[in-house]
Amino acid sequence: MDFQNIDQIIDKHGCKASSLIQILLNIQSENHWLPKEVLERVSQRLDVPMSQVQHITTFYKSFSMVPKGRHEVHVCMGTACHVRGAQRVLDAVEEQIGIKPGETDVDLKFSLETVNCIGCCALGPVMVVDGEYHGNLAPAQLEGVLKNYE
Amino acid sequence: MSEIVLQIDGQEVTVQEGATILEAAQSLGIEIPTLCHHHKLEPYGGCRVCSVEVESRGRASVVAACLYPAEDGLVVTTKTEKLSRIRKSLVEMMMAHAPDSEPLLALAKEYGADKDRFKRNQSFCIHCGLCVRYCSEVKKKHALGFIDRGAKKRICFIPEIASKECWKCKECFPLCPTSALQASFVLTKSLTFGGEGEE
Repeated sequence: MDFQNIDQIIDKHGCKASSLIQILLNIQSENHWLPKEVLERVSQRLDVPMSQVQHITTFYKSFSMVPKGRHEVHVCMGTACHVRGAQRVLDAVEEQIGIKPGETDVDLKFSLETVNCIGCCALGPVMVVDGEYHGNLAPAQLEGVLKNYE
Repeated sequence: MSEIVLQIDGQEVTVQEGATILEAAQSLGIEIPTLCHHHKLEPYGGCRVCSVEVESRGRASVVAACLYPAEDGLVVTTKTEKLSRIRKSLVEMMMAHAPDSEPLLALAKEYGADKDRFKRNQSFCIHCGLCVRYCSEVKKKHALGFIDRGAKKRICFIPEIASKECWKCKECFPLCPTSALQASFVLTKSLTFGGEGEE
């Protein structure tokens, strides 16, 4: 991601220190992670000290300071999904992509995270890929679901 | 600015509007223990050992003296059994992190805190924020800040700024109640900029 895109996002939000989180969220969703140079640019443009930017980016879980894959896979481990076999789904996903929660695969295709309830317990066990919900999952169905993502 | 009359430990005191309970107590010479307070910095309310009991309009509560603004007719008590118990627990929790800190040992002696009450988690930092706030509010260098949250929250230097600014300043060093700051600085230095910028 080059500085031109970043400046565009910053200008869209009016270059105000109070828009810091919105700007970071925007960059995060476009670039999938926040490299140090990007944070430095944002800090400089908004006149917010780097220490403050770091505090915020490490505080919220939605920000990532390491590269993320093109597709973000979230497996719900909430209570309802758990009793309906979320662990088996997670094991199958791990097997399928070859990574553990919190990791990203070598081709930067998938990142895997576990989440604690996404509010649609009736669909459990649920997996969300790039905001798309896949409910009532059986471990055997996973291959079919994941191969749709390039 | 109007004047406010309140009562602290049975003594009447008059202060300007906007003053905190801690400032009012100090003007009377009443000592309230503090850890995260510094006269040059904005009140923070991080350590809570300055907790006092207040009573206004018939309601009693425990508040942090360094933050709570003085009110007309407020009745403040700074030494009660309940407060001693609160301060004792707070010191015990902080001592799980920094068992050999001098200010903590002094408070532990005063309130009979047991430094082994909680399982050791020697992070040494008690999150008073003195270093972080001093650097940003007084020196305006922002050489360090907090990162992460909850139990993992810790101080972190920005190497690019620290390598340029910290050598000639180090004014935050004596502020740290536990020496966690010095350790963090040495760690940052050895991991990132070494002797660069040293005079």
